[in-house]
Order: sequence, then structure tokens, then C-alpha cells
Amino acid sequence: MFELLGITPQGLVAQLLVGLINGSFYAILSLGLAIIFGLLNIINFSHGAQYTMGAFVAWIGLTQISQWLGFPELTMNYWFALILVPLIMAGFGLILERTMLRRLYHLDHLYGLLLTFGLALIIEGLFRDWYGISGESYPAPELLQGAIPLEAIGIILPKYRIWVVAISMLVCFSTWYVIERTKLGAYLRAGTENPKLLQAFGINVPLMISLAYAYGVGLAGFAGVLAAPIFQVNPLMGSNLIIIVFAVVVIGGMGSIMGAILTGLGLGLIEGLTKVFYPEASSVVIFVIMAIVLLLRPAGLFGREK
Amino acid sequence: MKLKQITAGLVAVTMLGSSPIFAQSAPKVSGDVVKIGVLTDLSGTYSDLAGPGSVIAAKMAIADFSKDGTVLGKKIELVSADHQNKADIAANKAREWYDKDNVDVIVDLVSTNTALAVMEVAEQKNKMTLVSGAGSTAITNDKCTPVNVHWAYDTYGLANGTAKAVVKQGKKNWYFITADYAFGAALENDASNVVKAGGGKVLGVSKAPFPNNDFSSYLLKAQASGADVVALANAGQDTINSVKQASEFGINKKQTVVPLLMFISDIHSLGLPTAQGMFMTEGFYWDRDEKTRAWSRRFFEQHKRMPTMVHAAVYSSVMNYLKTVQATGTDDTTVVMQKLKATPIDDGLFKGKIRADGKFAHEMFLLEVKKPADAKSPWDYYYIRDVIPAADASIPLAMSKCKLVKN
Amino acid sequence: MHKNTKLLYLILLLIAALLPLQDFIYLVFAMKVLCFALFACAFNLLLGFTGLLSFGHAAFFGSAAYITAYFCKELGAAPEIGILLGVFGSALLGLLIGALAIRRQGIYFAMVTLALSQMIYFLAVQLPYTGGEDGIQGVPRGTLFGFIDLSNDVHMYYFVLAIFVFGFALIMRTVYSPFGQILKAIRENEPRAVSLGYDVDRFKLICFVISAALSGLAGSTKSLVFQLATLTDVHWHMSGEVVLMTLLGGMGTILGPVVGAGIVVSLQNYLANIGSWSTIATGFIFVVCVLAFRRGVVGEISAFFKIKH
Repeated sequence: MFELLGITPQGLVAQLLVGLINGSFYAILSLGLAIIFGLLNIINFSHGAQYTMGAFVAWIGLTQISQWLGFPELTMNYWFALILVPLIMAGFGLILERTMLRRLYHLDHLYGLLLTFGLALIIEGLFRDWYGISGESYPAPELLQGAIPLEAIGIILPKYRIWVVAISMLVCFSTWYVIERTKLGAYLRAGTENPKLLQAFGINVPLMISLAYAYGVGLAGFAGVLAAPIFQVNPLMGSNLIIIVFAVVVIGGMGSIMGAILTGLGLGLIEGLTKVFYPEASSVVIFVIMAIVLLLRPAGLFGREK
Repeated sequence: MKLKQITAGLVAVTMLGSSPIFAQSAPKVSGDVVKIGVLTDLSGTYSDLAGPGSVIAAKMAIADFSKDGTVLGKKIELVSADHQNKADIAANKAREWYDKDNVDVIVDLVSTNTALAVMEVAEQKNKMTLVSGAGSTAITNDKCTPVNVHWAYDTYGLANGTAKAVVKQGKKNWYFITADYAFGAALENDASNVVKAGGGKVLGVSKAPFPNNDFSSYLLKAQASGADVVALANAGQDTINSVKQASEFGINKKQTVVPLLMFISDIHSLGLPTAQGMFMTEGFYWDRDEKTRAWSRRFFEQHKRMPTMVHAAVYSSVMNYLKTVQATGTDDTTVVMQKLKATPIDDGLFKGKIRADGKFAHEMFLLEVKKPADAKSPWDYYYIRDVIPAADASIPLAMSKCKLVKN
Repeated sequence: MHKNTKLLYLILLLIAALLPLQDFIYLVFAMKVLCFALFACAFNLLLGFTGLLSFGHAAFFGSAAYITAYFCKELGAAPEIGILLGVFGSALLGLLIGALAIRRQGIYFAMVTLALSQMIYFLAVQLPYTGGEDGIQGVPRGTLFGFIDLSNDVHMYYFVLAIFVFGFALIMRTVYSPFGQILKAIRENEPRAVSLGYDVDRFKLICFVISAALSGLAGSTKSLVFQLATLTDVHWHMSGEVVLMTLLGGMGTILGPVVGAGIVVSLQNYLANIGSWSTIATGFIFVVCVLAFRRGVVGEISAFFKIKH
């Protein structure tokens, strides 16, 4: 077949597939952040650390719990982890919001940023101290091990990565549907625009905000479980991602759930392409795009100017 | 009159006292203590292959050298610190140690950028460095210093071991996945030279950021290139991730994955099922002979893991340093360096001689990872396939760009 | 300015000048504190007095460090020339980044500064002049004005002290001038300042450039003190650290950033060997400061003594 700039079409498709997989992670993480940041105006800088924590909780559940409790049979396998870990993380988020974030709503947004930044440092430092930096191995569940050869594109794609794309898309689009198309979502959006008015209608706005934050953190935990078999569970997995994910939300547009999802996926694809043609720039391309978007369209690509 | 006589007497005694005859009779140990600093990566990417194990190795050497922890009647002290693989943290710590804390020699220095930074500070202050962790050939080549010895291995030796052997097997087309920093580049450079010298070709290079988690795009490119060999010019956690993901994507079905630098700690992390069949070069293997086994078992008791070549090198460098200080009667840098380079070393762990450029030239071993069925006990990981003589494992002095070598 | 405050500054200056006479505090450590104190003060000019949170100040600190390191090491420039070039470079960079960032406000402003500083980081990794992961090492301190040998730590210390005093005085002068009053007005209520007829954007930009230039001064000096410039200087963690120093010491106070810098640098030094605990402690301080200690050390002390700044 012909070659375009040193890469065959099959090679290109293969790279784009890999890019799509990374894009799914960006999408889920930015979804959680978009809800928290975009709808609630809380700058959650600990999102990356919460993602890391999710991965660790899954790993601990699989390998450590049985030792701690003395029941060798009691392990949290992957499928349980997919459900339990987000719930645990949501609970953690709820506690955080109630005890600390709530006190800062009347202040400049800056303080929320600094607080969550500090929390991120604490979480990462603790895991680093307990488990070192080398990273722990987390095996993919048996059902998803192995790979599917895709002869047409000449690559072998691991089953697990296909699963990641599928489940992320499912979660992302169901969340979007709930927020944009259901009554609950309407309450949430109304609550962030004019909380007093909504409260006057008898809706418990503070509770809604707490639950929304908890959901966002739960999503971070969910992404962590998904990431564990691919990226190794290590304390720094989140800090590498956090500013990229923030950039995605800003580009996508505050308050736009669909914007965050599409931008996350889009970024994955663009990064994949950059890795093919100019790999060194793959880590900076997102920031170039962010700077351009912010200067030309400050509300983001899909955002609504507040 | 009496005052004059007393004064004359005092002057005479002072002059006698400061004359060379009296000055030389007492051994000169700076600051009245021989202080060794272990500067390593205690919690990062390289903490398993060096890290806390290196500190243990240094402590073992001191304990083995002298039961009461003294040399020439002065105390031996050990300090350690974490440089987190950052050149500035390492340089600042070294400066503080040399200036304020009376440290005489700094050892380990895993990660090439930290080693080079500290070597520069040491040269300025006329203190010693004994590098065991870092691997770039530049350490004893264009960046050599008169106060440094490079103990364990360098990229030239690794390339000449692994690359040569693999090319000889007929695998001539290579694709490199390189960690984008000084060490990765050095490793790739030395290996490509060997490949080309053996009649092979480099089909392409992918530079991955350092450190990196996900190598899928680079592995796919390597796969698309159709090369016989996918060579990994990286180390530590990066190598572990690349090998794992290569296996996930089925790369090792049609191509050979060659890690250019791997340590026994990495094999332990990966497990034999994933690592089996891979070729690599190391400077030390615990199971080589009775002497290495005996020492390694003692190390294992303290560290709960078998030693890597870096651990063995730290022990050897500290032990030989102390022996030299004892023999010369001082810890003065120039005198000790001179004696180190003049004395052949055979301490049960390494056998060889330190050259003019500071390279400790000793044998290296070409190793193949055993199949799980062939491993008879924990840590029984390697077959020793070949012994590479010291002369072949170091860059020939005639080609050296070191300022200490007259060329 | 209050009479007591002037006295306080004089006493502090005296202590600083007499530091080389003792052995307890390592001089290189003191120089590190001075450099970061200047950096934090420069940052505070933007945050505390004008109300603009920049998340990319490491770009100015680090690029000046690289410029000075390069000119002194590769081209043999004298230290004073190297520093001047570094400051000029960071001021220029400040003009470029500031002009782009000022167009937005609040969190968007912070994000733009972050994005642009990440690009500077990328350049620092890729350009051949900066030495990639190794950075530029072995930068010679040289001889100042042709006759003061700076490789002597005591000479270097007084040079750094002089630079710090100069920067600090400049900031004080700016804050207590009519220009400084306008900046404070912008911080308090920007629309009102606009309605009073001030070209708010121009003032913000000038303040940004001054802040960038002084951050560059700190960076250039630091590269001569430690004789190296590395990627740590342009990494976003460095930007985060200077925010911490300012917050801890007291935003909007003059002496606050100095105190903050002293505490943070000492803490990092002390905890360096305990690895992760340095990170945990830093995070903990952030959390405590934000929840209970928002005025920072100097802020709380000032409130206690009811001294008006």
C-alpha cells in the first residue's frame, strides 16, 4: 500500500486506535472534572490524586485485603472493583466536600484550587510513602485477557483496551443524558445558575451540590480502576494527567458536558497523530491548543459564556 | 635577657615543629573522620536497582572492613540522601556535603544526569566520586574527571555484549525505542554503532519521554517497521513497562524484544513467564561462583532481595576505598586516586584494574533469562551464556576523548 | 510607612549583613532563601497587590536562569552581564505572555499562563542550548565588575544580598507609589477603576512585566549561586511552590513572601531525606493555610499588632 509521510494507512489507523483509547481516559476524567468545575465552579485540583486513589483501592482490594483481614478468599476482583471503588471514592468525596470545600464557597475560587492542590499532594505523598514509586502490577480480568488480531490493519489489539473504550463511552454518554435530558440534571444546572431561587422552590441545593461533587470524584475513581491493568498502579499516575485534563475541560467549555467528552476523545486522537509525526511535541500540543482556544473563544469550543 | 632566651627558644621550637620532618609523622585524615556519602534514588524509578540496597551495601563494606568502624584510628561515618534523579538536588546536596559536612567521597550516583552534576562539583572541590549506578560512557570519556572512578558498567560494555551477540544470531534489522534523556541516547548510540559494525541496519528510532507509562504508540511503530529486533534503550520502570506492553500487543511473537539495560530486580518484577528468553548484559550475577554466592546471601539477609550489579559495585567501591586509605595513610584525594589506579582489584565480586580515565575495567556477562521450568530456586534467573573480557567491555583508550588520556 | 516597620527592616538587614560571621547557617542555604524570597516577593506584586493569580511564573524564573547560565558558561560572559541578559529575557517573555494572558480574567487568566509556561518548559526540554534533562551545569560564577571573585562564598553572599535588597526596595517603591495605589484599586474593584478612567489593561501589563523581570532576576542569581540551570526551574511545580510561599507568608503583605520563602525552603531542606514526607508536609500546610490561616504568618502577626500596611 502507499505510504504517507513515512507511515502506511494501516499504521495510521493503528495509532489512531491507540489514541482513541487514551482519549477515553481523558474523556472520563474530564467528565468528572467538568461536572465539578463546570457546573459547581469548584476547582478540583485533586482530581488526579483521586484517580490514583481509585486505582490503589482496587489494587488493595485485590491483593492486600485478604492478608489484612486474614481471609485468603476475600478479594475484590475487577468486576466488583468497577462498582465498589467508585462508591468508596464518592463517599470520600462527600466527606471532603462537607468538611472542607463547603467552607470556601463564599471566598475567591483561588482558595478552592489551593486547598485541593494541597490535598492532592497529601494523597500522593502518602501513597508514595506506603508503596514506593515503582508501581504495582494489576492484572486484567481473565475474561478480558489476550488480544484480537485485526488482520486488516495488521495489528493485534488487546481485548482489555477495547473494553475500556466501550465502557467509557457508555458511562460518558449516560452521564450526559442524565444531566442534559432529565429532570434531575435540570435541577443541577439550575442550582448552579441560581441556587437561591431553586432553594426557594424547595429543592435541597446544598445536598445536590455535595452529591454532584461525590459523583465527579466517583468518576475519577472509576477511571482509576479502568487504568490499573494498563498503566501500573503508581502514586504519580494522576499528577501527570491533571493539568492535561484541566486543559481539556477549559477547551471543551465550562459547563458543557458534551464539550468535555468530545474534547477528551479529540485530544486522544490528536496526541496519537502527534506521536506519529513529531513525538516530542505530544505532551505540549494540548497547551498550544488551549492557549489558542482561550484567546479566540474564551468560553471554550462548546461552552456558554456566563 | 631571660625574655630574649625564652622567645628564641619558642621561635626555635615553632620552626622545628612546622618543619616537614614532624609534619609527616602523623597520618593526615581531613576533619579527623573518613566520611562516605551514598547519594542515590531512594524512592523513584531506580530505587529498586540502587536505592536503599546501595546504602545497605555501603554499610556492609564498612562493617566488613573494620569491626570497630575505624580506619587509621579515625572513625568511618556514613551519610545518605535521596537525589530523586534530579541533577540540581544532587549537585546541591554534594556541595553541602563536601563544604559543610566534611564528606570525602560520594558513591552510587544512579542516573547519569546526577552523576555528571556531582562529578563536576567534586572536581571543583577536589573530593572523590565513585560512580556505580549511572551508565553513560561519557562519564569516563569526554566528561571524565581526575577524581572519579566508574565502577559497575557503561553503555559501551552493554552494547558490546548484548547487541553484538544478537546481531551475530542473524538479527540484523533493529528498531529503537529510546528514553529521551542523556542515558537513553547514549545507550542507543553505542548499540547502533555495534549493530552497524556487524553489518546490520537501524530501521528507525522512537523517542519516548522520560519517564513514561504507556509505550503502545511506539511499540506499534516498531511493529510496523518490520524490524527483527525491537531494542529498548531505557532502564528501570520504563523497561518493565515496555516489556509488559510488548507482550500485551503480541510484539514478541514475530520480533525479538531486546532490553539494552536490565537488572535482576527488573526480572524479579516482571516474572520469568514474561521475561524468559531475553538476552542482556550485566557486570555481576549473584550465582556466578561460591564467593559471589556467599556475599550475596549475606546481602539478602539484610535487604531481603538478591543484589544487583549496582549493589555489588557500591560494596566493592567502598571496600577498596577504605583499603586504599589504610594503605596510603591518608584520605587526601590525589594520593588515594593515584593508589587506586595503581592497584589491581580482585575482591571476590569483581576482578580487574582501574584505568587512567577512571574506568574500572572488569569482565561483563552475557545472560539469558531462564524459562520458568528451569529455575530451581528463587532468584535463579539467568544462564551465563558468555563472559566478555575486560578489554572488550570498555572503550579502547586509543579512541578515548578523556582529557586524562594522552592521545 | 510606619516608623516601627522601617526599624524592623533595618534590623533584619543588619542581621543579614552579619550572617557570614557565624558558622551555624550554611551560606549557600542563606543565598537560596534570598533568591526564592525575591521570587516570592515578585510574585506577590502580581497576586497580593493586583489580584492576578499566575500559574506559570516558573517560566520567568527558569528562562532567566537558563539565559544567564548559557551566556556565562558557553560564551564566557561576566556575571553582571549574564544577570542583565537574563532579566531582559524574562521581562521580554513577561511582555509576550502578559499581553496574551491579560485579555482574560480569573481562572482563565491562570490557565493561559499555565499553558504558555508549559510551552516554555517544552522548549527547555527540546532546545539544544538548554541541555535537556541535564540542564546547564558547571556555570562559572566569574568575577564581578572584573575584580570581585564570586567563587568565594562570602563575596557571593553579599552580592546576592545586594540584589535582594535592590529588588525588595523596588517592590516597596512600587507598592507605595500612586501606581501601586491604582493596582490595589484594580484588585479591589476592577469595574470601578475602569469607570474612573484608568486604562486597566495597561496597568496590569506593566505590573506583570515588572513581576516577570524581578522573578527573572531571582532566577538568574540562583543559577550563579548553584552554578546550574535545570528543568526543575521551569516546571509547573515551581510555579506551585511560589504560590505556596506567598500564601503561607501572607498575600498582600510586603514581608510575607520573604517569611514564606524562608519557611518553605527550610522545610524542604530539613525533610529532604524523608522523601515523600516533604510532599505530604507541603500539602498539609496548603490545606491548613487555606482553611484556617488565610492571612499567612505575617498577616496574622500584623493583625495581632494592628499594624496597617
